[in-house]
Amino acid sequence: MDARQLFSGNSLLSELRPGPLVAVAFLLAYPAFASDFFIFQIGAYSLILGTIALSLTMLAGYGGMVSLAQLTVAGLAGYLVAILGDNSVGVMGLGWPWWLTVPVAILGAALFSVFVGAISVRTEGIYTIMITLAIAVAFFYFVRQNYVIFNGFTGFAGVEPPAIFGLYWRDPAPFYYLTLALSGGFFLAVLYASRSTFGLSLQAIRDNPRRMRALGYDVTLHRIVAYFLSGLIAGTAGVLLVWFNGRISPGSVGIDVAIDILVIAVVGGMRHPVGPFIGAIAFVLLENFAIDLIDRERFNTVIGLAFLLVVLFSPDGLLGIWNRLRDKLRLGRNARQDARRGEGGERQPAESLEQT
Amino acid sequence: MGDSGAGGMRQFVERHTFWAIIILLAAAVLLWMIFAVWPEWLISAIGRKKTFVNTLLNGVTLGGLYFLVASGFTLVFGLMRNVNLAHGSLYLLGAYIGYEVAEASGNWFLGLAVAFLAMAASGVLMQVLIFRRMEGDDLRQTLVTIAISIIAADLMLAVWTGTTYQFAPPEWLFGATTLPIVSVVKASGDPVFIKYPIYRLTVLGVALTVGIGLWLFLNRTKIGMMIRAGVNDRQMLSASGVNVQLLFALVFAIGAGLAGFAGVVGGTALSIAPGEDIRYLLASLIVVIVGGLGSVTGAAIGALLIGLAEQFGLAYFPTYGVVLTFLIMVVVLAVRPQGLMGEG
Repeated sequence: MDARQLFSGNSLLSELRPGPLVAVAFLLAYPAFASDFFIFQIGAYSLILGTIALSLTMLAGYGGMVSLAQLTVAGLAGYLVAILGDNSVGVMGLGWPWWLTVPVAILGAALFSVFVGAISVRTEGIYTIMITLAIAVAFFYFVRQNYVIFNGFTGFAGVEPPAIFGLYWRDPAPFYYLTLALSGGFFLAVLYASRSTFGLSLQAIRDNPRRMRALGYDVTLHRIVAYFLSGLIAGTAGVLLVWFNGRISPGSVGIDVAIDILVIAVVGGMRHPVGPFIGAIAFVLLENFAIDLIDRERFNTVIGLAFLLVVLFSPDGLLGIWNRLRDKLRLGRNARQDARRGEGGERQPAESLEQT
Repeated sequence: MGDSGAGGMRQFVERHTFWAIIILLAAAVLLWMIFAVWPEWLISAIGRKKTFVNTLLNGVTLGGLYFLVASGFTLVFGLMRNVNLAHGSLYLLGAYIGYEVAEASGNWFLGLAVAFLAMAASGVLMQVLIFRRMEGDDLRQTLVTIAISIIAADLMLAVWTGTTYQFAPPEWLFGATTLPIVSVVKASGDPVFIKYPIYRLTVLGVALTVGIGLWLFLNRTKIGMMIRAGVNDRQMLSASGVNVQLLFALVFAIGAGLAGFAGVVGGTALSIAPGEDIRYLLASLIVVIVGGLGSVTGAAIGALLIGLAEQFGLAYFPTYGVVLTFLIMVVVLAVRPQGLMGEG
């Protein structure tokens, strides 16, 4: 993978271009003109799925560790919210206040992520995907069989976000802004972290672990810290997801959903933190409107085919397609302009990522 | 693969004398537990002997079934470094096709044969159409297999719906047989023998036959030699004039065919329903992680361990059965990340 894009700037401010500004303005103004359905079911849901996929992009894109257990981490946070806080099922529901439940849930999820990391980091590449898949499936069967803590097949319902500042946070607009603020924060954090010393070492480890080990870096520790950070992201998204659905059951952490997260991350593109969000928007739109085109029952076939096509023809996802298009346009224009900036066309695609 | 049979055993005993003794002792205790009539204190400690022996047999036969599925998975990986996450789909599709053929023709064995051949053919197709295009790119191949399994699961659901199907195996495979194992001695002095379904014993026999057949194929034939050479060094094999692509297609055919074969065998022992693909994929994954990717012997050991763990978990602590399986995986990964028989 070409990592040059990640070295392309030292500060975020100097890269402000019209593209991102328009995107931010659009996202902020979105509830003003969209219907409740579009704000909640499309907008907020895409942001949540995008955030879970972001945690995978961070691990896979920068760390080279493709984990299928990210949804499991998010699901554990959701379960913890239902177990420690309130639910309407009558099982568990310890009734802790939200300011205790939420941090504990997120931290618990992050620690679980560290555990997943600790199991899988000693092996490399393809093993990671298998082990995390096994963990995800095992977790699914476990919560389905365990009635004492996880309430088995039924799971939990009636999980509500707290009422703070006199707002009901499950109303479309407040919930949208809540998810936007959190996912935007994580987006910037990942962008920043990818240029920090830690992020750069992580990418170097991805590209050549042996060399980094020989240089004296603690490869295992870097990877586990990456798992911890991605666990924080996934855990937070998991809390949002359980508030969004109001319920959580083994089906929410099923293997098909876990694979959906992978599909979102891969289809969006793993080279930049904006990829998972693009993938999530595409996924949610397809999920909601594919019914008009085909039988709803066959939605998985459509998703599978889309995934297959992207993997076969554009390994770096929708972002990759976009960049290649831009490349072509720019090369053509540059060739016409002058020979002085002849090399510009090659350098551009990396930086142009910021504009999507 | 890379198995060495009897020589390996002697080497193992010489190198790890302590462990060899432990294993021998455990085997002796196990044999005693199977054949002796249990004293009272043992029954009060872990329950009736019948439960134990049945669980043990169930575990071993389930292990045999898992071996049938996982051996193909591990064979394909060993040679092509291709983690075929659509392996569970091949299992389920094989079961469905076998079912249709068996229903239409009334011949269970025909169903078995067609399932094997159909899956072998689709394996070759997958190799030729897709995997050959992205050789050496492990991650992309894996992602493609995930995509295939999503599509396959959905299409199978469309064709065969969510109904559970049940095979009708030949008459003489039905029913139970009496094993020469005494469960309890009645007050009158008559021994009570344990009965066990014939079909499950057949599954075990089939798994053993396939296992031995694979071993002979890999270790005693010229093609097997080529495959083993390919596992060690693919480029060198190719350089020495072997048509590697043909070999790949062949191995993929055997691996996928075994999955379809196991689909019919397993579908008859249990049943066929959507979701079984994920179950057997998980089983294959854990079996090869525990046994070591690419090793057929490892797959056998892993399958036995996981089958036993699953059945004993189910019988003795039902809610946490999955955790036991999972725990085995974690412990093996912590001690030997490459798996019990893995290399490197």
